[in-house]
Amino acid sequence: MDGIHDLGGKQGFGRVEYLPGTQIYHHPWELKANALSAALVAAGLFNMDEYRHAIERMEPRHYLNASYYERVLTACAVLCVEKGVTTAEELARRAGGAFPLARPSAPGRHMRKDAAAFAVGERVRVRNEYVPGHVRMPGYIRGKVGVVIAESPAFPFPDAAAHQLGHDMEPTYDVRFSTEELWPDSAERASVTVAVFRSYLEKA
Amino acid sequence: MSQPELNPQNPQNIADIRHRVDAVEAVAMDQGLVKPGHLQQFTHKVEHEWTPAVGAAIVAHAWTNAAFRARLMKNGIAAAAELGATMPAHHRHLVVLENTESVHNLICCTLCSCTAYTVIGMPPDWYKNLEYRSRVVRESRTVLGEMGLALPEGIEMRVWDTTADTRYMVLPYRPPHTAGWSEKQLAAIVTKEAMIGTARLEPPFAAAGV
Repeated sequence: MDGIHDLGGKQGFGRVEYLPGTQIYHHPWELKANALSAALVAAGLFNMDEYRHAIERMEPRHYLNASYYERVLTACAVLCVEKGVTTAEELARRAGGAFPLARPSAPGRHMRKDAAAFAVGERVRVRNEYVPGHVRMPGYIRGKVGVVIAESPAFPFPDAAAHQLGHDMEPTYDVRFSTEELWPDSAERASVTVAVFRSYLEKA
Repeated sequence: MSQPELNPQNPQNIADIRHRVDAVEAVAMDQGLVKPGHLQQFTHKVEHEWTPAVGAAIVAHAWTNAAFRARLMKNGIAAAAELGATMPAHHRHLVVLENTESVHNLICCTLCSCTAYTVIGMPPDWYKNLEYRSRVVRESRTVLGEMGLALPEGIEMRVWDTTADTRYMVLPYRPPHTAGWSEKQLAAIVTKEAMIGTARLEPPFAAAGV
């Protein structure tokens, strides 16, 4: 989905608040929320793709205003409700007030049966696709051409795994793009290398 | 599924975040999904196991042992395991990015906040914030400059966006003044920021301290 989480290349954000070496958690509830997400993954309630997609489905105003660990907590709550562990009403009752969750999921999809393998050094184009469900293609590479620089072992295909559609496994490629290709005349000179699933790519 | 509509005009009806955390924990406990003691176990991991010291030991060993360095560049997870470092099951690949005098690598995750956290430590606030995630792919030099790392134009900038479960770590450039140092001394100067790529360890980008 073209969600608010897809931030790469969005303009208008200010300085990075950079404080090297500072603590990771600032409040006990943040550590508790993180521990909860780890425990629920370990218990098999959800996989990492379902977890990421639950965060992406947060209402955009909520997403932007929530801290990182509020997003973590919200994903846990959304998935507990969607998987029948509890209900939205029960969570709100126990929390003593409104408990914002997330929008429902759109359908997922399987990997492409005709996805081609690519060799290191090959030029590839990111398919010009608009996917309603979970996808790990950042919008800034859609339709863009890059060069394969490495291949990674097969991973669960996120567009399927986030929607519990079987066990599609697919390799990813580290694909290198120039910022000039990604944002012509509108970016600083660099390369950006993105881990891209095979199904997202076609020959350039 | 009915759910309370988030109303930004009326945020006071939203339950306190601490109570929301407790509510989810309570229902998960009731269903046996979360066991008593899980918080203590997780806390121990983030405080004592998943720390930048793990990555620093890997870096120091790679700086002093060419054969290990070659193995690390080829298969990061297997080489890290030689030093006792483990990665979670869903991190299937660790790619090590070597900084040199003329190449600078920088890691981010624009879609969420993925990192090789068992090796370089849990991601810091700034790595997870909207500003870093949005800007670093498009204006990396300016962002690094604002963060105190002003790189000359001659250094090639390579940004890596962690969009799959391949994880990246930067192998920092070894400061020339550290010739002859022990692995322990070397590991002590390697920071989480240097393994993400928002810092370099050699002068003039860092002091030539002992």
